[in-house]
Amino acid sequence: MDRTRGYRVFQGINAVILTGVVIVTLYPFVNIVARSFSEERYIVGGQVNLVPRGFNIETYKLVVSDPMFWTNYRNTVVYTVVATAIAMVLTTCYAYVLSKKHLKGRTFLIWVAVFTMIFSGGLIPNYVLVNSLGLTDTIWSVVLPNAISVFNLLVMKTFFEGLPRDLEEAAAIDGLNTYGVLWRIVLPLSKAVIATMVLFYAVSFWNSWFTAFLYLNDGDLFPVTIYLRNLIAGATGAEAAGAGIAEASAAAANIQAVTIMLTVLPILAVYPFVQRYFVSGVMLGAVKG
Amino acid sequence: MRGQEPFDDTGPSPVLVQKPGTGFPDPVGKTLPKDRETRPGPGPWRRALGRDWQLYTLALLPLAFFVIFRYVPMLGNVIAFRKYEPGGSLFGETWVGLRYVKMFLADPSFWNVFTNTLILGALTLLFCFPLPIVLALLLNEVRNRRIKRFLQSVSYLPHFLSVVIVAGLVMQLVAVDGPVNQLVKALGGEPTAFIQKPEWFRTIFVSSEVWQTVGWGTILYLAALTTIDEQLYEAARMDGAGRWRQIWHVTLPGIRPTAVTLLILNIGTFMTIGFEKVLLLYNPLTYPTADVITTFLYRMGVESSNLSYAAAIGLFEALVGVVLIVSANLISRRAVGTSLW
Repeated sequence: MDRTRGYRVFQGINAVILTGVVIVTLYPFVNIVARSFSEERYIVGGQVNLVPRGFNIETYKLVVSDPMFWTNYRNTVVYTVVATAIAMVLTTCYAYVLSKKHLKGRTFLIWVAVFTMIFSGGLIPNYVLVNSLGLTDTIWSVVLPNAISVFNLLVMKTFFEGLPRDLEEAAAIDGLNTYGVLWRIVLPLSKAVIATMVLFYAVSFWNSWFTAFLYLNDGDLFPVTIYLRNLIAGATGAEAAGAGIAEASAAAANIQAVTIMLTVLPILAVYPFVQRYFVSGVMLGAVKG
Repeated sequence: MRGQEPFDDTGPSPVLVQKPGTGFPDPVGKTLPKDRETRPGPGPWRRALGRDWQLYTLALLPLAFFVIFRYVPMLGNVIAFRKYEPGGSLFGETWVGLRYVKMFLADPSFWNVFTNTLILGALTLLFCFPLPIVLALLLNEVRNRRIKRFLQSVSYLPHFLSVVIVAGLVMQLVAVDGPVNQLVKALGGEPTAFIQKPEWFRTIFVSSEVWQTVGWGTILYLAALTTIDEQLYEAARMDGAGRWRQIWHVTLPGIRPTAVTLLILNIGTFMTIGFEKVLLLYNPLTYPTADVITTFLYRMGVESSNLSYAAAIGLFEALVGVVLIVSANLISRRAVGTSLW
């Protein structure tokens, strides 16, 4: 059945399309690598495509020698670790509570969370709130406002619901209270989902920029995403429009490429190892919507 | 199933019956309502608190989070109808009624950003919703498992990048000296500063959105495809269906619930779609097509400190979003029997 002529033609076309998808997906990465190792004059000349022209690592040295880059890079690491830790504690506790089907008020507790997916306060009230709480220009403005992702919460709740009840029950009979059951029985059984959630949160905090952009004014507190954003904002600016492409903005293009490379590197480095956890995590969440 | 869940109040667990008085929470059995008739005990809430107080304490911090960072801002929207003084009360100082609503309804730049939002949202939906389905169907036809996994790994990759990185990559690609312009020159055209041309903004935005989301979007469809019963295909073949008819009559109905769910979710985010990327990619030259409601209210509120005015616009945006998602849900429940709630 699968060997009809029409199907073989289809397979051929499919192969061509999917190869195209791969090329289109990977091309920007290859190009940015090439640019980051190229000399400025070749970039300005529009001659850098797949391979670096005028190979050099001077721009890398330049970016790496900027103390602000490292301050911001370190901030990103700190924010990611702290925010992920807070997010994990809050999400785990709430998901565990929601997974207890006998609990009175459970439906209400679920709706408290799910309703925020449908309706949210919006940018301005959040901004006013964070200002009023005095969190502006502190790490808390970055790590607190997005501490629970309802999607992650529901994934975890679904996972906890699937755990065997007998074990918790036996532990309770042996004298463990609720906290003990959660800490000593449930969490060790949930390593898979915990690892997935840590990844989900860590990547989202690593990548986030808007909260920092909104609430931080002090350059020493910026995450590296803002460092990069400020570089590319210089290039979007209308002032470059009239003057054409001046020498200055061409240099920026070179530095941009390097900064993009350095910022994306950790993600690219862990991606092959963590990718399948993400996939299973999303599947897990999809089971019960 | 129910008998296996001792924590479920639909029936007492065998273990609990065997070992009473071990300090384990009382099972709430079916007999309890009867007890209440004869001898009024503590109310159901007091009993639940007495039994599960430790569980409730675990919920306290997360609830505090939801109240402070999600529900207080919802109430904070009241500043749309009250005058907010910087540094003053979170909920504004004096009532001004619909002043700010009238203000933005009469503001021509509001209608411009409103139109832009609808167009960008519609274009994004038009491309970012169906393309993952197409890609999933194509990937599903790949027989070699290793090649299939490679294809998936590659197509997921952009999803893991920060929107700042994506914006950076886009800027590099469409720069005057970038690859896109190299191609234009190779084809005999004149290089264009795409990022400064309003007429190109929508193309740039939507294609980068497709680039970043299409691969990841296939995950749920691929999962749905594996659950379709192979016998259905066999039956279709028996009835003489070719591959196209099999796709039409078996595959597509099989992934319909997934597709509808994702469509409703997409419609729900229609109004706020991709605004962070807009904020990164636009500039005053491209405002005519790029400026959307959220970027407009960001400039109004955060940059120009007209917080009440911006809050009124934000509230309007959120309400339109709710109306969209509720109606999409209603329509899909009536039409195809799938809904989010």
